[in-house]
Amino acid sequence: MNIVVCVKQVPDTATERKLRSDDKTLDRDAADGVVNELDEYAVEEALRLKEAHGGEVTVLTMGPAKATDTIRKALAMGADKAVHLSDDALHGSDALSTSYAMAQALKKIGFDLVILGSESTDARTGVLAAMLAERLGAPQLTLARKVEVDGSAIVIERITDYGYDKVEATLPAVVSVVEKINEPRYPSFKGIMAAKKKPVETLGIADASVDASAVGLAAAYSEVAEFSAAPPRAAGTVVKDEGDGGAKAADFLASKKFI
Amino acid sequence: MTVDRILPTPESRDLIELVRELVAKEVAPRAAADEAAGRFPRELFTLLGSSGLLGLPYPEEHGGGAQPYEVYLQVIEELAAGWLAVGLGLSVHTLSCFPVAAYGDEEQRAALLPAMLGGELLGAYCLSEPQSGSDAAAMTTRAVADEAGFTVDGVKAWTTHGGVADFYTLIARTGQGISCFHVPATAEGLSFGAREKKMGMRSSPTAQVRFDAVRLGRDALVGAEGEGFRIAMAALDGGRLGIAACAVGLAQAAFDAASAYARERRQFGSRIVDFQGVGFMLADMATSIEAARALYLSAARLRDAGRPYGTRAAMAKLFATDACMKVTTDAVQVLGGYGYVEEFPVERYMREAKVLQIVEGTNQIQRLVIGRAVGKGTDL
Repeated sequence: MNIVVCVKQVPDTATERKLRSDDKTLDRDAADGVVNELDEYAVEEALRLKEAHGGEVTVLTMGPAKATDTIRKALAMGADKAVHLSDDALHGSDALSTSYAMAQALKKIGFDLVILGSESTDARTGVLAAMLAERLGAPQLTLARKVEVDGSAIVIERITDYGYDKVEATLPAVVSVVEKINEPRYPSFKGIMAAKKKPVETLGIADASVDASAVGLAAAYSEVAEFSAAPPRAAGTVVKDEGDGGAKAADFLASKKFI
Repeated sequence: MTVDRILPTPESRDLIELVRELVAKEVAPRAAADEAAGRFPRELFTLLGSSGLLGLPYPEEHGGGAQPYEVYLQVIEELAAGWLAVGLGLSVHTLSCFPVAAYGDEEQRAALLPAMLGGELLGAYCLSEPQSGSDAAAMTTRAVADEAGFTVDGVKAWTTHGGVADFYTLIARTGQGISCFHVPATAEGLSFGAREKKMGMRSSPTAQVRFDAVRLGRDALVGAEGEGFRIAMAALDGGRLGIAACAVGLAQAAFDAASAYARERRQFGSRIVDFQGVGFMLADMATSIEAARALYLSAARLRDAGRPYGTRAAMAKLFATDACMKVTTDAVQVLGGYGYVEEFPVERYMREAKVLQIVEGTNQIQRLVIGRAVGKGTDL
């Protein structure tokens, strides 16, 4: 089975994240880049499927030059090779144009199964899997907490508010995973050493047959109109117990949709 | 705080990243509870093993990581900053592998090293005895040779991983002086004393290892008969650097805790870090940690270059562990009452620091080693 895992380099959530003042895009130099956490679960699931069914795991990432750190980590975990879609023209692409560029790269690579995390910790749109599936003409199986492949049949358990749905499709397909699906392995030092020798192909937009006018900040359908720093935390709500404290506390929690 | 490190290769940078991830997710979170319970985290060493960290400075052909000491020691430092028992355990294991790796014949290396370095086995080092500590040559444990091999009788003391290790690197007296042996934990006649009740590092088992007519084949002898003392001392040169790296890691952890507290704690309307009395203490702590780190790395680079480094290793061990004792003691002082109670980690760091001035040669022995080099007038 030919599996492609899409991984994204995101700013470390433990550090302060900022937008650039000039073009209102993410300031990728301001924070350490790390592998998007959910994508590590995607890599793990791809490796497990490969271990069970054979085949090859290719890592695909779209991002600036320093995203190679993210590729190296996925390769050290055990992926076989990587494709780095990197081009200045891609800077500022929104989810829609990102899905276009990624889909073009995926068509070039070829796949039976595309796996990715269900959202990234930076933009958190959570729509890329669906967009990729649409562009690739492949079934989308999103929010998977379990994936099973049998021949060309694929079944996932899709998490829902009430439990899960069983969703079936035929390969090739696009799957997005949630953190309940597995426990990602740590790379090993042998994996780190082996990663050095694994092929990493860098594609510019022309190599991936991506139309320059359809990507980047200028082509984005969404626009960041303005942004400001998050306001400091406001004073909390004090519930005074006058015999009805329990009910008031419950009302408050209900208003915030906690209960 | 993340220590800014200069590392020689991309893979060593990725290695340190891996170690930091392991420390943050697997090592540090359980240190306090396991220390309080005296629980040895064997499964953490299994994880370190499967991550390829139990054979870092040894050749790849036998399953090692082929990393220079400069890199291996910084791995130890990062681990010790998360939990001293784990950093020190890795140092002891690596030391226990040294005699076979450096003095074993090709047959022994091929037969033993893949398992020793591969991550599933844990090693221990048996040199000290109840009556023979600094005066190691006064040991009485004896291996008597016959045609088939050796019979070992005696008691070794203060053995880290005693009772939990999978193999014991033994230094014992033979007919021709002192010799080195590789002893599997399954050897008949091997038994262990009760775990010592220690001031700190309670999760790391320390016990007597008793040899009662333990039979060893000829192939258990590592190096030539009579070569054991030289092997033991060479192993300790590397081990001392491991302890120096442990001391720097532990001191860094104490400094991080103390400096974070001092930036937050307010008295008389100011952060206490802004009072010169506290700020200067922290400045001295930071400076001595950085100096100790530079010293062990300097000795490591000499070793990596194949140059004599024993005297420098002694200096690094002496300076780093004395600095660690001072830094951890001062960290308790910075936290005041909070430093003296178990809710904060610094009292544990202070208890743990003390042992580093004792193991792998007391700091008095380190001065002896350095002083002898001065006496000879050789290059230090």
